[in-house]
Amino acid sequence: MRLITHNMLKCHVKNCTDPDKQFPLRFKDVQLEQIDAERNDEFLVRMLPRIDWPALSKTTKELDIILPETVPGNPENDEEFLQALHTAILETHIKQGSMLCDGCGHEYKITNGIPNMLLAEHEI
Amino acid sequence: MGLSTPSTSHLSQSKYDSVYEPAEDTYLLLDALENDRSQIQEQAPTVCVEIGSGSGCVSAFLAQTLDPHSALVLSTDINPAAALATQETIASNDCSNCVSDQIRTRFTQAMDSRLRGSIDILLFNPPYVVTPTKEIDVTSEASAWAGGKHGREVLDLLLPNVAHMLAPRGRFYLVVIEQNKPDDILELLQRDGLLGERILSRKAGREHLSILRFMKE
Repeated sequence: MRLITHNMLKCHVKNCTDPDKQFPLRFKDVQLEQIDAERNDEFLVRMLPRIDWPALSKTTKELDIILPETVPGNPENDEEFLQALHTAILETHIKQGSMLCDGCGHEYKITNGIPNMLLAEHEI
Repeated sequence: MGLSTPSTSHLSQSKYDSVYEPAEDTYLLLDALENDRSQIQEQAPTVCVEIGSGSGCVSAFLAQTLDPHSALVLSTDINPAAALATQETIASNDCSNCVSDQIRTRFTQAMDSRLRGSIDILLFNPPYVVTPTKEIDVTSEASAWAGGKHGREVLDLLLPNVAHMLAPRGRFYLVVIEQNKPDDILELLQRDGLLGERILSRKAGREHLSILRFMKE
């Protein structure tokens, strides 16, 4: 799972609704892998509005990945920004570990790069 | 120029025993996507989601249909073997133009609020076979085809959310059989502002399959 996908995941346990706590999910004991991918600036710029930047910023800080706090005014022409964005969201893969919800404590496991977001009956 | 069907030969491995192998329903959906190739390319989707990806054949094919355009392709399935199979199918076919990830979840759960109003292409080949209600999800294999009453019980859980999930010019492709009452599905989604059409039909054995395509008006 790449960080772009993690940016789409929120805790969905019943009654876990504090937006500041249920998203982003906090990584725990994760195994990362950097896999090179061809950069596509057109795609990055198109994807930008869909990214929750504060969440991405928080997550990359936790993983010691460098990313600016805010999106620059002219991202399409900012080479350094685009490269940092590309590396962070598309080349960083979380292979194993878990994601914790700061709101309810639920732990979602990641195996073979696939997060398990299924919940038990009582959590739905 | 026709695109070839993505290879899924790795499904012969025993770890994928519970994964639904591509069949006529799968191929009909691939044909529908191929027929719509120029429309889809023109739409230039950014976020695509396949619910219940199974083998991953459709997700991989969608990625290839988009080439050279790039999109985020998210494939979901409740069966962990299917999520893994999808991962392998994407990896074994050239889908490098797209960014593809797999999530083990029901429908788009856990991503609903982030993807709301954001899905450009939504694909679903649901468990559509008419079965007793109690057969739904009873085993990993059954979760791929057991659809309960009118084969609609699983699909009906998704339908009320489709219009909310789709982006302004979003499209939803759905596989149905006649017993699923396609006209009823068309009417239901029309009430939510989705323009639906039966775009392809085929008889495969005793199944009369169709692909329904919905677009936001």
